[in-house]
Amino acid sequence: MKFGVVTFPGSNCDFDTYYALRDVMGQPTVALWHKDHSLQGVDCVVLPGGFSYGDYLRSGAIARFAPLMREVGEFAAKGGLVVGICNGFQVLLELGLLPGAMLRNKRLKFLCQFVTVRCESERTRFTSRSRPGQVLRIPIAHFDGNYFAPPATLAEIEANGQVLFRYTDAEGRPTEEANVNGSLHGIAGLTNRQGNVMGMMPHPERAVDRLLGSVDGRIIFESMIGRP
Amino acid sequence: MKVRILVSFKDSVLDPQGQTVKNALHTLGYDAVRDVRQGKVFEIDLAGVSKDAAGTLIPEISDKVLANPIIEKFTWQVIEE
Repeated sequence: MKFGVVTFPGSNCDFDTYYALRDVMGQPTVALWHKDHSLQGVDCVVLPGGFSYGDYLRSGAIARFAPLMREVGEFAAKGGLVVGICNGFQVLLELGLLPGAMLRNKRLKFLCQFVTVRCESERTRFTSRSRPGQVLRIPIAHFDGNYFAPPATLAEIEANGQVLFRYTDAEGRPTEEANVNGSLHGIAGLTNRQGNVMGMMPHPERAVDRLLGSVDGRIIFESMIGRP
Repeated sequence: MKVRILVSFKDSVLDPQGQTVKNALHTLGYDAVRDVRQGKVFEIDLAGVSKDAAGTLIPEISDKVLANPIIEKFTWQVIEE
């Protein structure tokens, strides 16, 4: 599967993501530039973490106007796989490719730590290699990860089974302490209704090697690649 | 023409920064402070635009870029003709 990782001014997880996909997962991967107008024939576009445009205005608010994002929008509309990690998730929310918005973390702190999230379904393009209810240990690093959606939207997301990951304790129980940033319904990751666009706050590219303390992020990439 | 736009969280959205400021004010003894909501201010200088046209333009800019309508609301006023 050919991946493309987009670099915006201020992206800082672009190379980690590129490395995880190309060197660890062994997939053909290209670097995409925000000012270009070509996706170079990739099967999956990844918007990486970081601080695109310095988080000016709101996290992800300016990146959505980058030239390449028009192609990304068209690609997503045709069913192409689009993944947003952390700041990339914020960009997808601002673009309207995913429902909802991000607020500042509940205790107003930048959180950089391992968290545990529960896979809510193993019948998605991004979690097909997970066991039902599997808990993944993946790091987060963000200031604005407190997921918010109006009640009607939230109900719709839940009814459609769009919630992909929820913050839980290591046993998969959704506790107040486990929901470190205060997200509504403990939402850590979700997909669009069609299931081809996914955003998540935890960084799977930082959990692909035992040296990094966890290999759970691989499950997400392996699900997408479809490797046994 | 100059306009000032105030973007703030909708009433239905919790504003933890405003709450923190409120708590700080209470710590200092300003007990009369009942609530604090924090927001952003934009001052935009418009050229060659009538007041009527600004009435269409400013809400459009605010909805599209300055505010995220899911969590924020805005008000605006002309500050210089």
